Amino acid sequence: MDSLISIVTFIPLVAAVILALFLRGDDEAAQKNARYLALIATSASFLLSLLILARFDPNAGFQLVEEHGWIGGLTYKVGVDGISVLFVLLTTFLMPLVILACWDVTDRVKEYMIAFLVLETMMLGVFVALDLILFYLFFEAGLIPMFLIIGIWGGKERIYAAFKFFLYTFLGSVLMLVAMLAMYVDAGTTDIPSLLDHTFSYGTIEILGIQVVGGLQTLLWLAFLASFAVKMPMWPVHTWLPDAHVQAPTAGSVVLAAILLKLGGYGFIRFSLPMFPVASELLAPLILWLSAIAIVYTSLVALAQTDMKKLIAYSSVAHMGYVTAGIFTATQQGVDGAIFQMISHGFISGALFLCVGVIYDRMHTRDIDAYGGLANRMPQYAAIFLLFTMANVGLPGTSGFVGEFLTLMGMFQVNTWVAVVATTGIILSAAYALWLYRRVVLGDLIKESLRSIQDLTARERWIFAPLAVMTILLGVYPALVTDRIGPAVNDLLDSYNVAVEEAGLAASTDVATNAH
Amino acid sequence: MSSADFSVLMPQIVLTIFAMGGLLFAVYTGKDRVAPLLLWVTSALFVAIAFWIGTGGAGDGAAFGGLFVADAFARFASVMILLSAAAVLLMSESYMARRDLLRFEYPLLVTLCVVGMTVMVSAGDLMTLYMGLELQSLSLYVIAALRRDSAKSTEAGLKYFVLGALSSGLLLYGASLTYGYSGTTLFSGIIRAIGDGDPSLGLLFGLVFIASGLAFKVSAAPFHMWTPDVYEGAPTPVTAFFATAPKVAAIGLLARILHDAFGGVTGDWQQVVAALSVASMFLGAVAAIGQRDIKRLMAYSSINHIGFALMGLAAGTAFGVQAMLVYMAIYVVMNIGTFAFILAMEQDGKPVTSIESLSLFSRTDMTRALAMLVLMFSMAGVPPFVGFFGKYYVLSAAIDAGLGWLAVLGVIASVIAAYYYLRIVYLMFFGPEGQSLETTRSPVLWGMLVASALIMVVGVVNLFGIEGPAAMAAQTLVE
Repeated sequence: MDSLISIVTFIPLVAAVILALFLRGDDEAAQKNARYLALIATSASFLLSLLILARFDPNAGFQLVEEHGWIGGLTYKVGVDGISVLFVLLTTFLMPLVILACWDVTDRVKEYMIAFLVLETMMLGVFVALDLILFYLFFEAGLIPMFLIIGIWGGKERIYAAFKFFLYTFLGSVLMLVAMLAMYVDAGTTDIPSLLDHTFSYGTIEILGIQVVGGLQTLLWLAFLASFAVKMPMWPVHTWLPDAHVQAPTAGSVVLAAILLKLGGYGFIRFSLPMFPVASELLAPLILWLSAIAIVYTSLVALAQTDMKKLIAYSSVAHMGYVTAGIFTATQQGVDGAIFQMISHGFISGALFLCVGVIYDRMHTRDIDAYGGLANRMPQYAAIFLLFTMANVGLPGTSGFVGEFLTLMGMFQVNTWVAVVATTGIILSAAYALWLYRRVVLGDLIKESLRSIQDLTARERWIFAPLAVMTILLGVYPALVTDRIGPAVNDLLDSYNVAVEEAGLAASTDVATNAH
Repeated sequence: MSSADFSVLMPQIVLTIFAMGGLLFAVYTGKDRVAPLLLWVTSALFVAIAFWIGTGGAGDGAAFGGLFVADAFARFASVMILLSAAAVLLMSESYMARRDLLRFEYPLLVTLCVVGMTVMVSAGDLMTLYMGLELQSLSLYVIAALRRDSAKSTEAGLKYFVLGALSSGLLLYGASLTYGYSGTTLFSGIIRAIGDGDPSLGLLFGLVFIASGLAFKVSAAPFHMWTPDVYEGAPTPVTAFFATAPKVAAIGLLARILHDAFGGVTGDWQQVVAALSVASMFLGAVAAIGQRDIKRLMAYSSINHIGFALMGLAAGTAFGVQAMLVYMAIYVVMNIGTFAFILAMEQDGKPVTSIESLSLFSRTDMTRALAMLVLMFSMAGVPPFVGFFGKYYVLSAAIDAGLGWLAVLGVIASVIAAYYYLRIVYLMFFGPEGQSLETTRSPVLWGMLVASALIMVVGVVNLFGIEGPAAMAAQTLVE
């Protein structure tokens, strides 16, 4: 049996076990071994994942599937399709960079590396799991290493942030677990490909005197929303994110922004949209408006921040707003754009947090007012930071533009007003991002403390180089992504539209014509 | 009465003779000096008998005209009881010996208690039920007050005795009502008397009284008041014992009487059990948050876990009973590991139980801290640890039986409960600086802790195959 996917997923975990069992002591040599082993494991996982991409056929549905029996009528089943394959690549691509980014950590290095390696396995597991409960297992287990990363290596308010992060996401997830069990009882299987073909009932039901339109589908959809909305995070349940980001160490922030935030979006595309099409269609306006509010509101909040990490964290929430809106337009452009935006945001936000990390490592403050005129001493840094700031704003030619443009196009077809509101978010994002850049990098270097600041080291250049290449490459040649995901998204939307029409609701394309 | 009847009862007979013999042996030889030997022999005997029962070597089927039933369910529960009692005995030794608590009565009382518990889970009649229950309870009253010169321990014993007597009274009252309205004390007779139709009001009253009495024994809210005080006051090894085997026996007995005697009126008791379950889950979750003493915290945690086990029972199906058994097995293993840790907690050679003393424990001893981390996350029901599968089983049983609302309330309670488990992890790994905690150098305690944590991790592969026996046990009970 072909077990490429399992190998890619579990290499980091095996490395973590080896570190935990066989590496003794906390001296210089042991720390070095821990770092190198982590780097080798994550790189090996990345190289093997390229093999997945090479063997991947965009038109073939689920592939490279492995299946083994497991306890309680469950199965261990993993595989990839057009929707998940690029997320696997994104994760394996970023993790070696994350390990490099925390090369200078000296406090409990072994445990730090173990936490990140375990986290990588859990994140990969979420993307490749083809069994509901297996998905939940990976989805939840990722909380444990992240809780420890924030709690042990975070900043001053780390305890509050760690608890808030854990309990918020845990509450969301357990409601999803109940929904999953209900799906199991209804469909008699936890196999994701079979569940995609199962139609959950959508006849109106009455609970405690309240008419629930869309019946079971609506209830399940809401339970999944509780989980994914928190993970995403969507306004108004986004408040854990800025806290967690500010307190997490740089590498933790990168993982959080670049990969963990994508779990929610992936969940919406994998579960909510195809499995509960009627509920999605009914409740799409809610999501569209929540997203529009998120985009504008969090952009405004970002404008008022004095802490760089918080500013970027709020900008992440705004960008995730495009993703949720794009997904629930249920149009080809919208969903393509949402996936594209998630991939591109992985590179851009990861890089931006690394940019903050570079100067934080030197000055030990993230206060915007503590900086100014860095371009004088750090020209290379200024250039890199400019590139990613522009990509964050959505400048044509960078990957940020493609994602935002496609999702906005999707929104415009479905609901013009949402598109109008969301587009103002682009202007606002230009405002806060450029203002941040001006205050930190431009102007005269008048602060005494900054006189001796050093430019990027070779290690830092090597971390930024691949991210910069990917940001520009995807910006000028987006077909790299859209060709891989296109067929899968197309199939998904076809069955979505069929289900919606069967339910007697107008499919989104008809709504679009009415809106004009 | 024939020799076949006695062969079914053989494990209990062997244990009782051992207890008597051991008592005579200790009194006529070295008294407390032979206590360690007696303790090791007792645990070895427990393990041997568990093996004997588990492999089906001991008797099978009903004996004494249905008074005593050794079916798959009884076997499953008995093995759990015997093994957990053996583990707790072994863990007690170093703690008790160092504090001059190791009396020869202790292993013998535990043996008698175990006899009572195995009789409870094998009861086929209200009289057998009461006999087993009282044998177990009387031994427990004495064990709780084992530290004779400590006011707290004596108070714990007395409190448990008074409230326990009250609950026995409730149960007896219920039993007499049931007998009065069905004309028999045999479970098989009661279930026939009820039939498929509506049971008489008197029988329902009997059922409610019996359920209340047993709810006290499993410490389900709102009959839980004794638990925190007894847990805190009793010597820690005794607390560990309270938290494991008697819980299994009591909930096993509850399952047996609900299905064997009242199986025809599932709808009538389902709501009662569901209400107990909800109350226990929430009380256990909320009341534990403010606790400063880890033994009190474990008391509330056990109330919370019993709530989840009752959720499986509330489903009223074979799958529900199976889920309950799997949940209890996982619960017992987690508790043994956690108490192995608590028993080793020391500062300046004195035992400590305050949660604050765990501060930054991971700097002192990474292995133990990691093991506790696994156990705490497992108790909170966070995957990928085995504790999650316990919750998964009971939740799916509840949803399968159409109790979706119970499942939703359960997961909300589990999030609240997660807070205090997380707090322990937080203190151990990134808490404030404090006086550092030491641990006893006892290989048994270390081994139990690490083994239990490893079980929580490795069990993910196939739960060590307990699923099949649990399903079989549930099947024989529910038919």
